[in-house]
Amino acid sequence: MVELAEMTPTVTAAPPALKAESKNVSFFYGAFQALKKVNVNIADKKVTALIGPSGCGKTTFLRCFNRMHDLYPGNRYQGEILLHPEGVNIIGPEVDPIEVRMRINMVFQKANPFPKSIYENVAYGLRIRETNSRSVLDGKVEQALRHAALWDEVKDRLQNLAFALSGGQQQRLCIARALATDPEIVLFDEPTSALDPIATARIEELIGELKKSVTILIVTHNMQQAARVSDYTGFMYLGELVEFDVTGKIFTNPSNKLTEDYVTGRFG
Amino acid sequence: MTSTTDIKAIIRRHRTRDAAFAVLGMVCLLVCIATLMALLVDLAIDGVGRLSPGFLTSFPSRFPGKAGILSAWVGTILVMLVTALAAVPLGVAAGIYLEEYARKNWLTTIIEINIANLAGVPSIVYGLMALGLFVYQFHLGQSILTAGLTLALLILPIVIIATRESIRAIPGSIREAAYALGATKWQAIKHHVLPYSTGGILTGVIIGLSRAIGESAPLITIGALTFIAFLPPAPVQRTFPFVNFDWLASPFTVMPIQLFNWVSRPQQAFHLNAAAAGLVLMAMTLAMNGIAIYVRYHSRKRIKW
Ligand SMILES: Nc1ncnc2c1ncn2[C@@H]1O[C@H](COP(=O)(O)OP(=O)(O)O)[C@@H](O)[C@H]1O
Ligand SMILES: [Mg+2]
Repeated sequence: MVELAEMTPTVTAAPPALKAESKNVSFFYGAFQALKKVNVNIADKKVTALIGPSGCGKTTFLRCFNRMHDLYPGNRYQGEILLHPEGVNIIGPEVDPIEVRMRINMVFQKANPFPKSIYENVAYGLRIRETNSRSVLDGKVEQALRHAALWDEVKDRLQNLAFALSGGQQQRLCIARALATDPEIVLFDEPTSALDPIATARIEELIGELKKSVTILIVTHNMQQAARVSDYTGFMYLGELVEFDVTGKIFTNPSNKLTEDYVTGRFG
Repeated sequence: MTSTTDIKAIIRRHRTRDAAFAVLGMVCLLVCIATLMALLVDLAIDGVGRLSPGFLTSFPSRFPGKAGILSAWVGTILVMLVTALAAVPLGVAAGIYLEEYARKNWLTTIIEINIANLAGVPSIVYGLMALGLFVYQFHLGQSILTAGLTLALLILPIVIIATRESIRAIPGSIREAAYALGATKWQAIKHHVLPYSTGGILTGVIIGLSRAIGESAPLITIGALTFIAFLPPAPVQRTFPFVNFDWLASPFTVMPIQLFNWVSRPQQAFHLNAAAAGLVLMAMTLAMNGIAIYVRYHSRKRIKW
């Protein structure tokens, strides 16, 4: 099960109920190696943040968790990402990427609602899981929208086109869409980078709420955001994980010089 | 440093050129519109007198005053029906395959180049191909079926290209959203790619059909008749099984052929018939384009990427 020997002492100090762990994950876009033996432990029902300068491989790493890279030719994984409790290696070639995506959902950098109604956006994941009963769908859609703190704003116009919502609302709609199918992990790839400060604050608040029920892995290049929302933080640089620890330690007392330079704003 | 007065002189010069081009462009536009209007008015003056219900419901005749376009417009509609039924599923499926499934390698590149070039092949060459393939090889006869399939070949590249272009206009992020929820490729296509590109595909189909409706050369090549005084068997009937496909094997003529036939006769009266038929053909084309504009307007209004 959980291999404590793999972890740094500070992390063992925290309760290490693991939802997933990446072991020596390397990733290649064709011949270009974008990730170099990344080891990260994703604690259950906690927020784990990945920070690092643009191009360091945060998105690449995140997209390994739901096998998005399988959509494009020439991509190659190495290493393992174990999903607990079974401990199945979700980047193993024998594992069906669709099964992985059914369990691990994703919120993208830019809100990408379907050009359908608000209702149908949230219901889509359920529909492809062959949930067709109207009453079940209604219930789940409402629950997901409430979870995403959007219900009150849209409950009277569920049949309106999602494109009519504001940017922040669209992103919360995408969060609702990702939550509707009760995923085990939700991946967030810089979910607020296109939003104004107020919409950003709402989503950060929401992430704090969500971790009560779901494990969250979030990528951000905004260090304050990582400091505000996460329990654990990993600092990545040039495809490598430089340091991984509880968030407070990374931001106040990092053990690596590079991490310190980054969190104090000396580069990046 | 340029002084203020210099800048004013420069701006004035630029403004003059700006205005000059606006005038030039306007003149060019007026020339185009005036020419088209002249053609249209000329056609209308000649043809309008012959337009009557009788003209639409009569068969061709030796007497210009009695001759009508019944067999021609019925033929045109039936041929277009076959063309659409053949070209749309084939072209859309091929476009989807190329865009969504085919690996990007030298073979697909060659296929793509070929499709683009096929769109430019003269229509009579399609007629020759169809004569060899459909008439001599498959023995489909000089029939509506052969004609429809011939024109379907002709517009297939248009449909394929339109399909690919409207599919390509869908942002990758929408596809990724579907895949990230666990959709298969076919689900992503059925639930997203196709519905969101319907407007563009239909527009392409109608542009193709508008081209096909005016074609006479390939149909003459495969043996369309120029004088036909009967209608194909009706596609629906009162008795079981209520549909009848005999019309597919029927000989036929189409509007442009009828028109050409009348124009090539010496009597002036037949030329008036040709003008009237030209008006009807134009109305049919305009109606189709109207549908295209309607569809495009409605799908664009719904979806802005
Ligand atoms: N599809 C791709 N093909 C090739 N290289 C890519 C691709 N996507 C990203 N990269 C490269 O991989 C590295 C990591 O990118 P990414 O994971 O997007 O970084 P981040 O999200 O941290 O900004 C960068 O050097 C980038 O140029
Ligand atoms: Mg990124």
